[in-house]
Amino acid sequence: MKTIFQMSSPGRIGTSLPEMDVPAESNIPEELSREGDGSVGLPEASEGQIMRHYVNLSTMNHHVDKGMYPLGSCTMKYNPKQYEDLARIKGLSGIHPLCPDELAAGSLELMYRLGEFFCEITGFEGVSLQPAAGAQGEFCGIMLIKSYHESRGESHRNEILMPDSAHGTNPATSRLADCVVVGVESNEYGLVDPEDLRRKVGPNTAAFMLTNPNTLGLFESHIEELTSIVHEAGGLNYMDGANMNAMLGIAKPGEMGFDVCHLNLHKTFATPHGGGGPGSGPVPCTRELARFLPDPVVILDEEGNYSLMKKQDSFGKLMAFHGNTGVLYKAYAYIRTLGAEGLREVSENALINANYLKAKLGKYFDNPFDNGPCMHEFVLSGDRQAEQGVKTLDIAKRLLDYGFHAPTVYFPQIVHEAMMIEPTETESLEDLDAFAEAMISIAGEAAEKPYLVTDAPVNTPVLRLDEVKAVKELCLVEPVEEGDNL
Amino acid sequence: MSRFIPNRKEHREKMLREIGVETFEELLEPVPEKFRLTEKLHLPKPLSELELTREFEKLAGRNTGTELACFMGAGAYDHFIPAAVDHILLRSEFYTAYTPYQAEVSQGTLQAIFEYQTMIARLTGMEMANACMYDGASAAAEACLMAMRATKKQRILVAGSLNPRWLDVIRTYLKRDEFQINEIPFLEDGTLDLEITGKLIEGGTAAVLMPYPNYFGLIEDLQPFAELVHEHKGLLIVAADPISLPLLRSPGNAGADIVVGEGQSMGIAMSYGGPYAGFMAARKKLARKMPGRIIGRTTDRAGQIGYVLTLQTREQHIKRDKATSNICSNQALMALANVVYLSLTGEKGFREISSQCYHKSHYLEKKLLEIPGVSRVFEKTPFFREFVISFPVPSIGLRDRMIEQGILAGLPIVELGEGAMLVTVTEKRTRDEIDRYVKVAAEICRGGSE
Repeated sequence: MKTIFQMSSPGRIGTSLPEMDVPAESNIPEELSREGDGSVGLPEASEGQIMRHYVNLSTMNHHVDKGMYPLGSCTMKYNPKQYEDLARIKGLSGIHPLCPDELAAGSLELMYRLGEFFCEITGFEGVSLQPAAGAQGEFCGIMLIKSYHESRGESHRNEILMPDSAHGTNPATSRLADCVVVGVESNEYGLVDPEDLRRKVGPNTAAFMLTNPNTLGLFESHIEELTSIVHEAGGLNYMDGANMNAMLGIAKPGEMGFDVCHLNLHKTFATPHGGGGPGSGPVPCTRELARFLPDPVVILDEEGNYSLMKKQDSFGKLMAFHGNTGVLYKAYAYIRTLGAEGLREVSENALINANYLKAKLGKYFDNPFDNGPCMHEFVLSGDRQAEQGVKTLDIAKRLLDYGFHAPTVYFPQIVHEAMMIEPTETESLEDLDAFAEAMISIAGEAAEKPYLVTDAPVNTPVLRLDEVKAVKELCLVEPVEEGDNL
Repeated sequence: MSRFIPNRKEHREKMLREIGVETFEELLEPVPEKFRLTEKLHLPKPLSELELTREFEKLAGRNTGTELACFMGAGAYDHFIPAAVDHILLRSEFYTAYTPYQAEVSQGTLQAIFEYQTMIARLTGMEMANACMYDGASAAAEACLMAMRATKKQRILVAGSLNPRWLDVIRTYLKRDEFQINEIPFLEDGTLDLEITGKLIEGGTAAVLMPYPNYFGLIEDLQPFAELVHEHKGLLIVAADPISLPLLRSPGNAGADIVVGEGQSMGIAMSYGGPYAGFMAARKKLARKMPGRIIGRTTDRAGQIGYVLTLQTREQHIKRDKATSNICSNQALMALANVVYLSLTGEKGFREISSQCYHKSHYLEKKLLEIPGVSRVFEKTPFFREFVISFPVPSIGLRDRMIEQGILAGLPIVELGEGAMLVTVTEKRTRDEIDRYVKVAAEICRGGSE
């Protein structure tokens, strides 16, 4: 499709402004003025042209409101429409972040109560709402842990242990926080091997970082043993909360020996993913860690007033302001809609949906860690199809032809030709059946007509794209053409 | 029963049979019994759609700050947002999509963000931009880390005139024994001194970070600093306010190597601090050192043009602890707001907005200076949209009294004097509002000096 720049024609405009009603008396000194004739190279088009352009672009996207999005560990559930409207109420969307606290009392009250909800759901006592996404939540958690060790004169503790199945953000975050990653092996059941953990902990252990349920969709059954091993070695336990959709009202990380976790509001709490963000990654933690929380936190005083405060031992700031507040509004709405029973119903249905698909697909695909029920997701291997000359990437692309988004593929890395499937609770039995039929049909194609799979996708707005060329020829911006108004 | 869950009792029973269990509880077998909750969570009782709307209206009503004429800035700005921006953001196709990993069914997001990258690069005068960061502050922090990677040096000089909240974020991201952050003090006129910077830069500096305009709204020439830092084999990072760029010499033209900034001004609601979008642009040779997602143009099997996430080997899901950043989710929908906003305002409209901000803020400054006892801090230095005014009365008290008159007068900065206030005027403020600001402030100042 043409780009917005290719539609530009001098003199067109897509907005109207009030005429300037003050005299223009001074000007920016010439040496500080924009170079050349002062033009930037922004497009010039009418409002209707611009709407048509972006609406046409939008139709080339797969999205949750169109069809199932079974991306493992991403929890692509339905995003309630009402919350989009609520977050846009002028009183909430129009408030300046540095407004005196008493003029922002509604936002502060909502944030305070939301923090309390998160503590109740996770079994913790303190919380930061500031992290913009899960990865920043991880950074927040590790900084809390480092601050804790420093406060005890143990700033040498710089090793972060994590299983080989960890999300890529876990090691990247550890590095950002100036720590060293120590890998812990998984056992034959896909769970962390306690013996290996015992071997790896020591006087330099800062933390153990674990996703639970883990990235195979399995609950770490011996979780108490794992967190105790780490505590006994003087380390703390961090839970990556990416998979919290399995545990709402079912179990609390705070009771399993974790000291801190993050939540992904754009996964578990139904806020939309926005094509890559904004997310929000609040961090609940123990009372002991709460004194290091980032600046600011919301507090409630004895007179019933809400305000922002910097904790005395705070490790610093992660964002210029208080976090992705507009996303927090939606998560608050979600919890208020569902209440305790509704949240438990979410996780129960997420588990049933995942186990149902696992049962339906088990005959057609390998499942290397099928030792009983999974939680909210499961991981299949495309090994059987690979022998037929069809890679997991091909299966993923073929699913697009069937109108489904692909699962998460090639992750976790401990499963060969991995396909990680998370249906979420908002999919109906009929849609799950349709997805299973598509997968089974593709398994059949792989055996009989593999070219149908390796040539896929064919029903999409573009065919398979050349990623190697994208890197080699590196075109990252629209080139300026002759005749452009630049 | 929630309206978001389609499967009812009979569906669940059928599914449990297919799974091969009799009750849901059997699926919890891997969860040790002692951790299974036996009590319900303590949460308020559920609200219907209508009740929830009422609850939100009540909360929104307590945010009385939104009823004031906003002259506050300091990193978040009250600009006009054309209606069409939100109509695009509310397309399910955009806001309910995931990160565009499956490019063939994500061309909408990918092309829109490619256009965003182009606009950011053109605005800043750079060769490329990434697909956005969390906010301006974290983009600045990541730019410092990037500069240290690129130069293999471990010291950053940060202008003392940078937004102090951004400096706090930078300090958090760079908290590491081997990293050093030095502040460059600003002079009496609010600008940086080349000579002092020249002394500080000696002995291995990765980058100098300069705001443009700075926290006090002041504009200064970047070029001598670019030359200085390049002589010392370092990089110039510029933290630019995008609204000023249609009028100001672009940072790229002045010699910047990396340009970051806050995109909130371009079509994003203030929303009590977020979600916003930080932008990051750079010279092309630095592309492989960049954090975050980058969209590139390519072709498909039939030779049609298409877009993909590119240079992914920099990223955490591939490089793990060797990645250029831990960032995964960014603020893509907010970057979409930026690109739609910049399309709508376009070449002429965006320049007009920039120009109105400039002239309206100068009009307010001129009128305020007519009040006896009022002066501008850093009075000799040119400014854009934002300036520090010194009132003859304490600025905190003045702010509170102006709130009673329906005006959010600005942000008191007592570090610059008891009467100092950082005041912002966007294109949204009318002459009437500005005149009223002056009238009310004059009355308070008169009362204070009596």
